[in-house]
Amino acid sequence: MSSKAKILSRIRAQKGRGPLKSEHADILKQRMAEHQKNLIPKRGQRPLPEQVDLFQSKMEALATTVERVESADDIPARVQEYLKQHNLPSRLKISPSEAISGLNWADLPTLEIVTGAGAEEDMVGVSPAFAGVAETGTLMMASGAMTPSTINFLPENHIAVLNISDMKGSYEEAWDALRDKKGDQGLPRTVNLISGPSRTADIEQRLIMGAHGPKRLHVILVGDGSKSE
Amino acid sequence: MQVTSRKFKENAHEAMQDDDLRAALNRVKTGFTTARANAAADLPEFEDLRDKARDIKDHVLENLDYYLEHFEEKVTEQGGHVHWCSTAADARAAVLKICREVDAKTVTKGKSMITEEIALNKFLASEGIEPIETDLGEYIIQLADEPPSHIIGPAVHKTKEQVTELFHEHHQQYGYTEREEDLEKLVGEARAVLRHKYVTADVGITGANFLVAETGSTVIVTNEGNGDLTQSLPKTHIVVASLEKVMPTLEDVSTVMRVLARSATGQEMSVYTTFSTGPKRSDDLDGPENFHVILLDGGRSEMIGTELQELLRCIRCGACMNHCPIYHAVGGHSYGWVYPGPIGAALNPQMVGLEEARDLPNASTFCGRCEEVCPVRIPLPKILRHWREEAFEKQVSPKPERWGIELWGYFAKRPRLYQFATGLAAQILSRMAGKKGRLKSLPFANGWTAVRDLPAPQGSTFMQQWKKQGGRSK
Repeated sequence: MSSKAKILSRIRAQKGRGPLKSEHADILKQRMAEHQKNLIPKRGQRPLPEQVDLFQSKMEALATTVERVESADDIPARVQEYLKQHNLPSRLKISPSEAISGLNWADLPTLEIVTGAGAEEDMVGVSPAFAGVAETGTLMMASGAMTPSTINFLPENHIAVLNISDMKGSYEEAWDALRDKKGDQGLPRTVNLISGPSRTADIEQRLIMGAHGPKRLHVILVGDGSKSE
Repeated sequence: MQVTSRKFKENAHEAMQDDDLRAALNRVKTGFTTARANAAADLPEFEDLRDKARDIKDHVLENLDYYLEHFEEKVTEQGGHVHWCSTAADARAAVLKICREVDAKTVTKGKSMITEEIALNKFLASEGIEPIETDLGEYIIQLADEPPSHIIGPAVHKTKEQVTELFHEHHQQYGYTEREEDLEKLVGEARAVLRHKYVTADVGITGANFLVAETGSTVIVTNEGNGDLTQSLPKTHIVVASLEKVMPTLEDVSTVMRVLARSATGQEMSVYTTFSTGPKRSDDLDGPENFHVILLDGGRSEMIGTELQELLRCIRCGACMNHCPIYHAVGGHSYGWVYPGPIGAALNPQMVGLEEARDLPNASTFCGRCEEVCPVRIPLPKILRHWREEAFEKQVSPKPERWGIELWGYFAKRPRLYQFATGLAAQILSRMAGKKGRLKSLPFANGWTAVRDLPAPQGSTFMQQWKKQGGRSK
């Protein structure tokens, strides 16, 4: 008997039954197809302007820096300013995604822009977030041809760009948005929920930033968060 | 891993003499527990979410065969492979076969309790494949050649000075010739050494906090980001997980996520929660080309439908050990197998045999804090009681212990005799103790009196005082 047959028949024997009857299996299938939301904390159900504030305060509480810009056109200059502030090299690894590579980087000739996946030598990476989740101040990053996930991990400094229109209250809302986008393809290879820069407390429970992933995480929030859509 | 649960008492005795360990365990006692209490207080829905998490897990366990098959179907649809493994040996063989197929020399590893359970590192090394732990805590204990002493903080028992020595011994080959004493620089050193290993490894192995039946995804939760580098840089990603990790939907995972980190470290969310689905897509710029899931039974299917089924709800947060007075006193290694603390005391007798682990169910004061904080409400004291009964009935416990219990049972079943005997004992002990009210030594109790005095009864029993009062409270 194969291991699979052994395991399944053991589970069924312990339950004193055979494989689930089709009407019971259909109920479970439907449960997955409907993927109903369970209990969502109230804090994840606030109006958009409050969500943006909650998102920012939660992120900052975990040592992420957050700044807001009116328009995506402002991003390159803000990135350059960030590099200056932290005394970082002017070479950027950016996602091929139009949302990032399509920005007016050419206006800042001192920046060296490299497009592609993350690499060992990258010091600064810029990538777009698929969504923000306000309840815990979490970014949802979805991998794809234009959004390699290694940019989120290999560079020591990670700058994530999030449109305020992609702000969600809860994880569940973000999953719905991702399902809408992907249709029946299923999830992308990698979905990262990121709530701050990398850290460890594995030695004497003392917190040190930058264990393996980025030492710094900077989020640029784009758009007007003062009014609900 | 070598099982030493049989030596629990010796292990515990040694642990209690270790000053470094005492300091480390004190940090667990205060750090983790305060953080959890704050996180729970900050979320009004926390208790209701625990109920939900318990119910979802119970629902899965009722229909485990169905969800596992559905999970496999989805993984296959996405171009991945599921390997069903009844035993630890099957799982090791399946991992080795995949490693051989890609001619692997080195394997990076994210944190995984299941790979501890199947003793994967020793096995791979014996087959000429170098396993490299990347979670900082796991890396430290790999260098020290020790098992983890805590589910989420494997090196929680190590001091900074010990880490300094370990790194000094093992990192000279990479050009770090000075002893590094600064904590931040120690972490930086490990970061630099491991960075290159991620990029050059042939295979990345991670565990899984959840498997999602709806999408065929596997989920890991970390703070360091090591799991992400482990699984996205090598050509092959192997996930090693046990059966009970499967969940129906992303929504169900989201619910349990809300109680996981809060119960574990007191964080609202761990820094990185990552969902991996199949190998890289044809136009992806990064990600592994091969995706395998090793699905381990390892004795779990036998627990379904028994009084032990509830243990399979466990999400390995470590809250039970963080709140356990016995764990605080003896540390994780004393338990003698992969899982320490109350969950280990309840699970290990099933996994390594009651004969071997017979002392573990006694390693409890039954204070009930473990059950109080368990995010999925596992009745740990009830299960420990079950094992104590089993040990007595199957005559696994030593004869003097069983005779003692039988003798006590004889009295306990005869209330008058019991009251008379306890009354007499209370009087005698009270007289022996004299004015001080404490006994410096006592026959049959020198284990206690060797290191402290025994407070003596005050002369009459509860029942005697109750009667005197006319059976009413004052």
